[in-house]
Amino acid sequence: MFESLSEKLGGVFRGLTGRGRLTEGNIGEACEAVRTALLEADVNFQVARDFIDQVRDKAIGLEVLKTLRPDQVFVKVIHDELVRLMGPVDPKIPFKVPPPTVIMMAGLQGSGKTTTCGKLARYIMEKGHRPLLVACDCHRPAAIEQLMIVGAGVNAPVFSEGIGDPVRIAKHGVKAAAEQNCDVVIVDTAGRLHIDQAMMQEAKDIARTVKPDQIYLVCDAMTGQDAVTSAKEFNAALELSGVILTKLDGDARGGAALSVKAVTGKPIKFLGVGEKMDRLEEFHPERMASRILGMGDVVSLVEKAHAAVDQQEAARMQEKLRSADFGLDDFLNQIKQMRKMGPLKDLLAMVPGMGSAMKDLPVDEHELDQTEAIIHSMTAKERSNPDLIDASRRRRVARGSGVDPQDVASLVKSFGQVKELVRQMKGAGMFSGRADAARQMSQINLFGPQRKKRMRSERKRKDRKRRSR
Amino acid sequence: MAFKWLSRLTEGLTKTRSKLADGVRNLFRIGRKVDAQFLEELEETLILGDVGVEATRRIVEDLKTRYRDREITAQDNLLEVIKNDLKESLRGADKPITFNPSGPTVVMIVGVNGTGKTTAVARLARLFVDEGKSVLLAACDTFRAAADEQLAIWSRRVGVDIVRHRVGADPGAVAFDAAQAAVARKIDLLLVDTAGRLHTQENLMRELGKIRKVLAKQIPGAPHEVLLVLDATTGQNAIVQAEQFRAATDVTGIFLAKLDGTAKGGIVVAIKQKLGIPVKFVGIGEKADDVVPFDAGAFIDALFGNGGDVG
Repeated sequence: MFESLSEKLGGVFRGLTGRGRLTEGNIGEACEAVRTALLEADVNFQVARDFIDQVRDKAIGLEVLKTLRPDQVFVKVIHDELVRLMGPVDPKIPFKVPPPTVIMMAGLQGSGKTTTCGKLARYIMEKGHRPLLVACDCHRPAAIEQLMIVGAGVNAPVFSEGIGDPVRIAKHGVKAAAEQNCDVVIVDTAGRLHIDQAMMQEAKDIARTVKPDQIYLVCDAMTGQDAVTSAKEFNAALELSGVILTKLDGDARGGAALSVKAVTGKPIKFLGVGEKMDRLEEFHPERMASRILGMGDVVSLVEKAHAAVDQQEAARMQEKLRSADFGLDDFLNQIKQMRKMGPLKDLLAMVPGMGSAMKDLPVDEHELDQTEAIIHSMTAKERSNPDLIDASRRRRVARGSGVDPQDVASLVKSFGQVKELVRQMKGAGMFSGRADAARQMSQINLFGPQRKKRMRSERKRKDRKRRSR
Repeated sequence: MAFKWLSRLTEGLTKTRSKLADGVRNLFRIGRKVDAQFLEELEETLILGDVGVEATRRIVEDLKTRYRDREITAQDNLLEVIKNDLKESLRGADKPITFNPSGPTVVMIVGVNGTGKTTAVARLARLFVDEGKSVLLAACDTFRAAADEQLAIWSRRVGVDIVRHRVGADPGAVAFDAAQAAVARKIDLLLVDTAGRLHTQENLMRELGKIRKVLAKQIPGAPHEVLLVLDATTGQNAIVQAEQFRAATDVTGIFLAKLDGTAKGGIVVAIKQKLGIPVKFVGIGEKADDVVPFDAGAFIDALFGNGGDVG
C-alpha cells in the first residue's frame, strides 16, 4: 500500500540528506517533489496544493537540532501534516440504545458496497452484536443473490423482498430486525452516479425513511481526481458519517484517502484490504501517514504481533537472539510465529524502511514452506549447530526435504548471515540503522537463489572491514 | 455509425458538461499569452482530468517549446492546438475488433474488481447481436458471489446463450466448455467474462494465462482480443493495471466504462502514451446498449465540449 509514494518521498529525503540545514531552496525542491508524488498518488490537485503550502510554511524557519538531520525534520513536518489532514478519527461505530442501530451504505457502482456489507457485518458480530443485512440494490442484476451469499458466508441473516421499491424494502428491513433479534441493520444500496438525480433522490428517500444512524460512503482507493466530486455530492445529499476505503490491497497509492477527508471533512472509518470477509481494518491516520512516508506501519505490526505471538515465547526468543546460541530450531519457531500473523509480504511492508527495500524481493510463501521442511529434516544437534552439516549430512537433509543439497547449504549460509545481522541491529539508530539493515536483509538469500553474487561481495566487504578493525 | 455514436457519446458526456471543458474554455480566451500562469492553469486542468503528471508535463512542455519557436502565437486558437495534441497522442486507437475469418472470434474481458466487466460483456453482446452476429457468453467469473447469475440475467435480457458452471468451479473448465460449444454451434463471437482481480495478485494473474491457454487450444489464435475494462474514475493506478494485465494476457485494447459521470477518463491518454494500448470501446450509460466503439477525435472533441462554441 502506498509503496510508490513512499519511494518517491524516500528519494526526496535522500536528496536532502547531507545538507547542513533546511534552506528555502532545498525545501522548495523537496516540496515540488512531494507535490508531484502526491499528484501521482491521485491526491486531488487543490488538496495537494494546500498540503504543500502548509508544509512549506511549517518547514521554513524551523531549526534543525544538531542531533537530527534535515531529512528527519522534514519527515516529521510532512508526517504531522498528513496526520492532521486525515485525522482525527474515531474508528468506533456508535451503537444506539435502544436498538436497532441503522447503518446505510452508499457509493458509486463497483466501489465494493456489497462485499463491504459482509465485512462490516462480520466486524460488528465480533463486537458482540447481531447485524441484519438488508438487500436494497434492486438495480444491478443478481446483486440480491450476491448479498445473500455474502451474508451466508459470515453467518449474518439477510432481509430481502426481491426486486421492488428500495425505500419500502429498507423500511421493512429495519422493522424486521427486532423480530429477528438483530440490533444492527446494514442497508446495502445500489451503486449510483452522483449526478444521476433520480438515483440520488432514491438514496435520499431511503435515508429519510429509515433515518440511518450512520451513513458510510464506500469509496474505491484507486479513484482519481474525481474522488472529491463524487464524495462532495454524496456528502451533500446524504450527510455522511464516514468513509470506507476499499481495494487497498492493491498497489494504488490511495491519494483518495487524503482528498476525500479534506473535501468532506468526514472521517475515514475502515479500510478494505482483501477479498476475504475478515479483511476489514480500522483506519488510523498515524499509521496511514507513516505508511505513506515509508516509515513503516509500526503500530499495526506491533498489534499483530501481540495478537499472534505468545508473549513469554517472544521474551525468551528475544533473549536468545541477543545471546549467541540462536539456532535453526529457534529460527524455525520464529518463522512459524511470524506466519501466524499473516502473509509475509504484508508483514514486511509494515517494517520501517522495508517498504521500498522489499519491493523487488519476491516473497514466495512456498519457499518458506521449503525452509521449514529443510529445518525439519535436520537432527536436533544440527539445528543448534549448523556448522556440523558436512556434505554427507547435507545430502541426507536434502533428500529428507526434497530439495537440492545446494539449497541446504544456502539456507545454512543465509542463517549465519541473519545471525550476524541480528547482532549488528542491536542498538541501530532509528533511521540509518534500520534502512541499512533492510538493505542488507533484502540481499540475504533466505527466500530464493537470486542475488548470490551481491551477497558474496557484501560478505567479503564485511570480512575485510572486520579484519581491518 | 460513427455519427450515431458521436451524438450518444456527446450526450453522455454533457450530462453534467465536462468540467474540464469549462475550465479550458475559460482558459483560452483569444489573445491570451502563454505565460507562467497560463501554463499553470493548463496543468491544473489536465491533471484534474486524470491525464496524469507525466503526460501533462509532456503536453505542457510541447506547448512551451512550440511557443518559444514561434510555431504558435498567442493569437492562435490554443484550444485547437491542445486538442490536436491529444488527438495525435490517441491516434491509432480507433481500430475495431479484429474478427477471426475462420471459426469463432474469442474476446476475453479482464480487469480489476468493480470496473464493470460483466456489464461490459452484456453491452458488447448487445452491440454485436444488433450487428447480426451470433454471440455466446462464457461465465468464467466463478469466484465472486452471484457473478454468474448476474451474467445469466444479462444473457436472458440480450437473448444470447451462456455457458456456466457452478460457483467455485475452475474457470479454465468453463472456458474449455464455452470454446467447444462456440465451435460446435458455429458461433461468431465468444465473449469470455472473467473474475475481477487486483493486478497485484500474482496467482490470480497466472490464472488468466491459463484461461488463455485453454481457449487457444480449442480455437487457434484465440483469444483474438483481450479487453481490459477500466473504470473511468480510476486515477493513475490505471497505468499499472494496464501494464500488469498486458504482461499477463496481452491486452489488445481498453473498454473504458462509466464515462457518464464527472470523471474524464483522461488516464487513457497517459496509457496510450506510455503503453500504446488503444481504447476500443466506451461505456457511457446504464442500459445494455450504452456502448460505443471508441473514436479518438470524437472522444477529445466531446471531452472539450465540441470546440466549436469556444471563445
